[in-house]
This record gives sequence, C-alpha cells and structure tokens, in this order.
Amino acid sequence: MSVLSFFTWCEYTPLGEAIRNSRWLFPAIESIHLLGLAVIGGAVLVVNLRVLGLGIERQPAAQLWRDIRPWLMGSLTAMLISGVLLFTSEATKLYYHEAFWVKMISLLLATLFTFTVLRRVALADPGRVRPVWGRAAAVTSILLWSTVGVCGRWIGFS
Amino acid sequence: MSLLGFCQWLGSTEGSIALHESIWAYPIIESLHVLTLCVFLGLTVMLDLRLLGVTMVRTPASEVAGRLLPWTIAGFAVMVTTGALLFYAIPVKTYLNIFFRIKVALLVLAGVNAAVFQLTIWRSMDQWDVDPVPPLRARLAAGVSLVLWAGIVVAGRMIAYNWFDKSS
Repeated sequence: MSVLSFFTWCEYTPLGEAIRNSRWLFPAIESIHLLGLAVIGGAVLVVNLRVLGLGIERQPAAQLWRDIRPWLMGSLTAMLISGVLLFTSEATKLYYHEAFWVKMISLLLATLFTFTVLRRVALADPGRVRPVWGRAAAVTSILLWSTVGVCGRWIGFS
Repeated sequence: MSLLGFCQWLGSTEGSIALHESIWAYPIIESLHVLTLCVFLGLTVMLDLRLLGVTMVRTPASEVAGRLLPWTIAGFAVMVTTGALLFYAIPVKTYLNIFFRIKVALLVLAGVNAAVFQLTIWRSMDQWDVDPVPPLRARLAAGVSLVLWAGIVVAGRMIAYNWFDKSS
C-alpha cells in the first residue's frame, strides 16, 4: 500500500469522516491542540532557558528536567492524539502539503533530540558538559521545536 | 462616536485596508500571535502549575516567577502588539464576533485575577515561598488563571469561525 493510499484510507475511516462532517469537532480538537501547544512550549522553554543560564537558576538542571518531564510527555501525548485526529480528517490534503512533511520530520528530530541529547545535557553532573555544548543543545532544541510550530501554523494556510 | 462607529472608521483607514489586503503581513502577524502563545502562555502555565504545587515544588515560587517574568513580559508584549494589529486589520467583523467579545471579557477577568493575586496573596509570599504546595488562596488564583487562559485560547481560535456573526 502506498503512503498516499494509506492517507486516503485514513481520511475515509469513520473517525476521519465524523470529524470532517462535523461543524464543531475540528475546531474543538484544534483548540485542544492549541492548549497543548502552550503547555509543551512552556515545558520546553523552562528546561532550555535553564540550560542556557537565562531562566531558573536556584535549581539544578537535572532536578528541573525531572520536574518538567511529566508535563513535557503529557503535553506531547495530548498533541499527538489531537494531531492524529486532525490529520485523519484531511489526510489527503496534508499529503500534498510540504509544511506537513517538514513538520513531521522536525517533530521526529525535536522529540529524539530532546529525549536523548538535551536529556543527557540536563542530567549531566555540573561541570561535565562544557557550557558551550549545553547552550548549543538548548538552541538546537528551541530551533527544532520552533520549526514544528511554524510548519504547524503554515499547514493552516493553503 | 459609538464603538461600532469607531471600528468602522478604523477599518476605513489606509493602514487597516493595506494590512487586510496584504498577502504576507497578515499571515505572518497571525502566526506570530499564535506561536508566541508558547512563550507567554506556556510560561504563565508553568508558573500557575508551580503555584498549584504540582511541578518544580523544590524551586521557590519567587524564583520561578522572578526568573521567568522577563520572558513572560516579552511574550505578552508581542501578544498584545500582534493582537492589536490583527484587530486593526479587520475591526468591524471582529468587533461583531461573539467569540471576540467573550475573549475580551475573559482577558479582563484574567487581568483582575492577576492584579488581585499580586496585591494580596503575593504580598505574603515570603511566608510560603519555599512550601512545595502554596496556600489555598494562591492555588485558587492559579487555578482560575489556568481556566481563564484556556477559555481565552479557545475563544481566540473560534474568532475565525463566523457561526454567530450578526450582519453589520
């Protein structure tokens, strides 16, 4: 089965049909997606600002990472679920939308980067990671997540 | 001049028409407005969650508030500026939109909630600054803030839909 036929199949599942044919379901799910955006944005920023030395200071980065992680994973889960629902309602359109593919690739990279590199930087003993590498990791994380957000917005313009 | 009259005048100005008809400026301002949500509201949510005692409980509340505040203010400035420009581009239709009116009302309530918090509970902050779970009144203010801002986001998104528009 090709990717396109899989997308088309998604669009014609009862779920995709129901969201597409409802007047309020799409906006309602979109609102949840937006609320998730605020939480995930805040969680990503709090960790990255800490690593950059521009945010909370009186708390080791490792502790802050452990505190923020459930909110990061929770909001990411809410984003993924609401995102999949939005996707099913207009999958074929998205297949032809460049912003959708750029968003999916940067989402994958941002998630991998956050839970591998950034996690290790945050959890490393102070002094183990050279500050310049810590800052580079934080900037990379912010840029990757920003790309996800910008592409997400761009999907709406078509 | 009535509010509607003011909006009609605003919509007839050159700048408003130019912004309304622009190909790039309007979507870019709108995108900035949506994405700065991460900075302004994201950090506000994090502070509210700290005040609820559900995250960063080992970090003093004043540290979370103080260190995040400059970013929150910067985000707020972008939100207000881009929001004003979005209104400026489409004043009459926006003014008549029920969701816009709900959003403005909720914004006022969120402002009052923040001001009351600032003038009352925050004054005694040094007594509970390091408590993992702040006193009930602080948690209440944080909860109200979260509910109001969630409403503002949802109402803001719904402005794009003209289900209940009155004709102007």
